[in-house]
Amino acid sequence: MSLPLAAAPAAIDTGDTAWMLIATALVLVMTIGLGLFYAGLVRAKNTLNTFMMCVAALAVATITWALVGYSLAFDGDGKILGGLGHAFMSDVGFAPRDGTTIPQLVFFAFQGTFCIITTALVSGAVVERMRFGPFLIFSALWSVLVYAVLAHWAFGGGWLAQQGTLDFAGGVPVEMGSGFSALAAALVVGARKDYGRQALLPHNAIYVLLGAGLLWFGWFGFNGGSGFNTGQNSVLAFANTLLTPACTLLTWFILDFLRNRQITAIGAATAIIVGCVGITPAGGFVSPIWAMVLGVLVTFPCYAVVALRPRTRVDETLDVLAAHGVAGLFGIVFIGLFAQKDWNGIADGLFYGDGGQFWSQVVAAAAAPVYAFGMTYALLRGLGALMPLRGSDRDEAVGMDIVHHGEEAYVTGEGAILITAEAGDVEDLPVAQPV
Amino acid sequence: MKLVIGIVRPDMANDVLEALYRAEVRGISMSRVQGHGGELERVETYRGTRVQMGLSEKVRFEIAVSDEFVQTTIDALCEGAQTGEVGDGKIFVMPLERAIRIRTGERDHGAVTPVGK
Repeated sequence: MSLPLAAAPAAIDTGDTAWMLIATALVLVMTIGLGLFYAGLVRAKNTLNTFMMCVAALAVATITWALVGYSLAFDGDGKILGGLGHAFMSDVGFAPRDGTTIPQLVFFAFQGTFCIITTALVSGAVVERMRFGPFLIFSALWSVLVYAVLAHWAFGGGWLAQQGTLDFAGGVPVEMGSGFSALAAALVVGARKDYGRQALLPHNAIYVLLGAGLLWFGWFGFNGGSGFNTGQNSVLAFANTLLTPACTLLTWFILDFLRNRQITAIGAATAIIVGCVGITPAGGFVSPIWAMVLGVLVTFPCYAVVALRPRTRVDETLDVLAAHGVAGLFGIVFIGLFAQKDWNGIADGLFYGDGGQFWSQVVAAAAAPVYAFGMTYALLRGLGALMPLRGSDRDEAVGMDIVHHGEEAYVTGEGAILITAEAGDVEDLPVAQPV
Repeated sequence: MKLVIGIVRPDMANDVLEALYRAEVRGISMSRVQGHGGELERVETYRGTRVQMGLSEKVRFEIAVSDEFVQTTIDALCEGAQTGEVGDGKIFVMPLERAIRIRTGERDHGAVTPVGK
């Protein structure tokens, strides 16, 4: 499918395009929100490194997306992979993207922001120990080998889309893709040296709440933009993005209270993410009331995984599997049960008479985790054979910020001596060598 | 009675606490301090401004103990804080004139002995 660049964009709708421009910016801010969310959850000495892994995705995943990722995901309808017709952004211009009323350039940018945040999400599994250089290489490869492939399956006309799987805003590539990749990454990179031995606590709960808030804010663009228009499904997804997380929050409060007699702030931040993730695949397909039920029900499996995972030896540090993998899987299956043609105009779920739709959803819920886990595992194993993925125990004790970035998040400056070029001894000094 | 002051790396503070606990040394205070003890200078860069960090983050333990506990405390501090590289910290032991437990008014030896001993 090659669209002539110069063709009059007759089918472009200005309202849809305006909304999609805004939605793209909304999704982009989610990556910064995620950086804040993650940075608050780690120890103070790893704040910058954790945030920088999200910033790294902004750089790396954008470039890989422009060079090959977009093409592999959205060029043609091959079963497993797209073509290379849009590689290096060829034929990505002002003409409308097939099946939408927006310029392909806008479509490209919007989908690109999805690739960025999904790549950033995976970092949650390896923070506080993975070296920054190998992470850059990993994220470049992951954004193509895992994200672009899954995006093609679910969004770009690949085999999942062909066999009828409904995925409104990315339960397959974004949520299950990141969640199950995170599990694989945690297994390959290994646990932090102090994991299971010391309490490794979040250092700033305010960052966590603010980050979760920014994510929720951006998610209106993420879900609301995934119809690529201002039509009914988009409006439905937008409203559901308000309803589902609210229900997840309250359910999480209740579970927290029953478990510890106290309602926690970091639990609340987690609940916001879980709710947003749960409605991501289902947003444009289920009625507002079912979206609220989804918000309640999705809390249980995610809460259980968050509570049980730390008892294992798997240091999947920031619970990407629980918050994204499990919630995304739940949302995908939920569509198969409660989708309603009266609301979405496309398909009914099992409870409204279409068992086939349920089956299509289950296939996606089985295939995506297997691919994401297997490919990420192989990718990191391969990378690990070429270079060490993590630093020494001493590096880990000193903290990633000083070791990898030569900066500290909470530097005081007391006792710091300015180095001027005239001093002459600049070259002799070790740069950011921890003692 | 002695006051034992141990200045250690922040990342070893947990190991020190563990070692002290195992040595049954219970009454401690801990504070975050900035210090310099001859470690190699660390250079950081902030938006093009390069600075030599003269002070490093350290954790300072203050432990008042009766005489028979002084060596145990020192051993525990060493055991918990040692990495073998420059910057592990120091221990100072000084005489302690008086100690009073505020709750009960107990003095000296009684005041530095953990409750229930």
